[in-house]
Amino acid sequence: MLLSLEDATVRFGERAVLDAVGLDVAEHEIVCVLGPSGSGKSTLLRAVAGLQPLTAGRVLLDGRDQAGVPAHRRGVGLMFQDHQLFPQRDVGGNVAFGLRMHGAAKGEQAERVRELLDLVGLPGAGRRAVGSLSGGEQQRVALARALAPRPRLLMLDEPLGQLDRSLRERLVVELRELFGRLGTTVLAVTHDQGEAFALADRVVVMRDGRIAQSGTPLEVWKHPADEFVARFLGFDNVVEGSVAGQFAVTPWGKLPVPEGAPQGSRTLLVRPAGVRLVPADEGLRCTVTARAFKGTHVAVHLQPPDAPRLEAACALREAPAVGDTVGVEFDAAEIAVLG
Amino acid sequence: MALPVAFFGVFFAWPVAAIVARGLKVEGVWRFGRIVDVLGQSDIRHVLWFTTWQAFASTALTLAIALPGAYVFARYDFPGKHVLRAVVTVPFVLPTVVVGTAFLALVGRGGLLDELWGVRLDTTVWAILLAHVFFNYAVVVRTVGGLWAQLDPRQEEAARMLGASPLRAWRRVTLPALAPAVAAAALMVFLFTFTSFGVVQILGGPTFSTLEVEIYRQTSEIFDLSTAAVLTIVQFVAVGAILAVHAWTVRWRETALRLVDASVTSHRPRGARQWALLAGVLATVLVLLVLPLAVLVQRSLGAPDFGYYRALTSEDGGTFLVPPIEAIGNSLEYALAATGIAVLIGGLAAAALARRDAGRLVRGFDALLMLPLGVSAVTVGFGFLIALDKPPLDLRSSWILVPLAQALVGVPFVVRTMLPVLRAVDGRLREAAAVLGASPWRVWREVDLPLVRRAALVAAGFAFAVSLGEFGATVFIARPDNPTLPVAVARLLGRPGDLNYGQAMALSTILMVVCAVALLVLERLRTDRTGEF
Repeated sequence: MLLSLEDATVRFGERAVLDAVGLDVAEHEIVCVLGPSGSGKSTLLRAVAGLQPLTAGRVLLDGRDQAGVPAHRRGVGLMFQDHQLFPQRDVGGNVAFGLRMHGAAKGEQAERVRELLDLVGLPGAGRRAVGSLSGGEQQRVALARALAPRPRLLMLDEPLGQLDRSLRERLVVELRELFGRLGTTVLAVTHDQGEAFALADRVVVMRDGRIAQSGTPLEVWKHPADEFVARFLGFDNVVEGSVAGQFAVTPWGKLPVPEGAPQGSRTLLVRPAGVRLVPADEGLRCTVTARAFKGTHVAVHLQPPDAPRLEAACALREAPAVGDTVGVEFDAAEIAVLG
Repeated sequence: MALPVAFFGVFFAWPVAAIVARGLKVEGVWRFGRIVDVLGQSDIRHVLWFTTWQAFASTALTLAIALPGAYVFARYDFPGKHVLRAVVTVPFVLPTVVVGTAFLALVGRGGLLDELWGVRLDTTVWAILLAHVFFNYAVVVRTVGGLWAQLDPRQEEAARMLGASPLRAWRRVTLPALAPAVAAAALMVFLFTFTSFGVVQILGGPTFSTLEVEIYRQTSEIFDLSTAAVLTIVQFVAVGAILAVHAWTVRWRETALRLVDASVTSHRPRGARQWALLAGVLATVLVLLVLPLAVLVQRSLGAPDFGYYRALTSEDGGTFLVPPIEAIGNSLEYALAATGIAVLIGGLAAAALARRDAGRLVRGFDALLMLPLGVSAVTVGFGFLIALDKPPLDLRSSWILVPLAQALVGVPFVVRTMLPVLRAVDGRLREAAAVLGASPWRVWREVDLPLVRRAALVAAGFAFAVSLGEFGATVFIARPDNPTLPVAVARLLGRPGDLNYGQAMALSTILMVVCAVALLVLERLRTDRTGEF
């Protein structure tokens, strides 16, 4: 393993910001830590970088314990949330900084700076002042700066956090391609699930300093470990129910569940795509309370009598109007029985 | 951190402790009754009373005269504003001795007013008060005006839109925002005038004496060290109280205010009233700040062919063992050494204080660092005299004694200048450098140093100017054959005769020019033009 955390714990006073976290990152793997703010994900990066001492546990890089190894000797790269470019240096000076610190020769520095600026799509920008860069350009320079000394592990703290939506969606694809081409090992943290799922080979969901779930994006998406993860991924159709055989009894009525689902008292997730709208005299009777256009579909909010609200995904043309009464049926393939 | 603590321990805490012991310990027994005894003497009570009321009067007068100036500098644009700002600041860094001498030349015997109208103020308290205004005008203009310039005028406009009259909007919106700065400035002025030494020493004559002057008199003329020690303790306590209140106003000042770039809030004066206000402020500056210095220069040229200046180079003045001109060399050497010490100690202290994880103990040290500034130079000098004259640390005969005392007075300026800049350096910038492979030392060199270099230069300049003009401490410990410029001026003034008087004027002029040049260079270096001291 390139990076291993063993029971890594960081306490600020009484509060455990990292609580016995165990995590392995293999070489060439892209791991994304996902969690709401305050879940400890930035502290995780700082602990690996050596900027935040551990209260307990170990950080191992290439199998070697990093206790007592200061940040500048760990050979890892960290791209800060707000980039932290050095204001008094130009773009080239920023990118060359790590190379200078590692004692690279002048010619080698210049060559590598040119190469990296080409790589991040800013050829010839070496003499520009960092103050004159746009947010997206700063992000690219910060990336080039972090990559320049060829760190064995590159860590990204909310890499696209401050950029606007369309730029983010474009850059996240670029990043994934770039890391794949360079074979970089990456540990990134973000609060944006879309970003995490697009970037990562493996997603780690954190909650209150602990790891709530770890798996490939598809695994996590299909089978959230618990209600917290499901809700964090944006699923609101979460309900308690009692599973027996192929069915579960819930406030929304009797729901079909996939084959082999765990039995007994469980939490169930119904993805909006699994909520089918049918004529009002069939299935569960609901009133439409709101509609939200989501580009490819419409999210329809439904209020069944004496039960929690439901969200359904529905094609643009078929969306009912607010105030309409509709019937609802459920699709077993889009229902997951959690934990 | 260890070095600044040790420095302050040895050169400040220990001398102060020695003063306390000298004052209150009689034959090895503590006698706290000594305080009551000393304070019971009627002449001492007179000194205490005068010290207090003249400080109040000086503060009130300074505020009354300088607040309109603060407003004009904050809100009006006019040609030569930057130059005038610098000119206004010059008096603050002028040695007190120069200020005293300049006012003597203006309102004293044979002074300009005496010649013109036969008016002499040097026997009245007005000379002292005016000199204090002269000295502290810049404190108010910079502290209050600096904030005023950054207050968003749209706040007042918002109040106007809600139905407030202009006066009411000012009273309800601007004044509360300004009040902490006014309080802080007033306290600084009070502190400086409460501990006034050089000005009162020269202008006060035998009639008027502040605590500071009395301490000096008791030590060097009456040789009553124990009374001097008790007075020092009294002053120490008073200054501590003033500084505590000042620290409180600083916290008060840190309440969130909407601040904007100073350049967008000022405009050209409009209408007769605004032009009249501007003209009034300019006239005040001219009469109160420029005129005394101009008279000083004119007096120094009173003898034909620069006679007074040439007299400075001759050895037969009888005042010193050496020609007075050598005082310039001494002063520069001492000031350079003191600057080096002050920048080293102050820089280290500021670096330690700027750390985000600085504990409460360290932050407490912050306030302690300010003490020498207020605790008055005479205390420092007196403390050195009685604490560092015997083993284990006998520095009496060492030249380093004077720079050490001057550095002690200069350190607070260094810390005050460097600390905000160091605090403004984003800690994560340092982390970014560390992650890229920079060792802590390289982080400092690559990240901190480029960002604070200007501030360090400014701090050094301030320390240099302060050291150059330092009088209170130096007068105690400078050796007779190695006087500094201010000490030489004071000695010349203490002797009768036109030649001595003229030489004092000439030396003061030289000192003034050196300090003014230092300051004007600094003004060009300063990054933020709204800064306080």
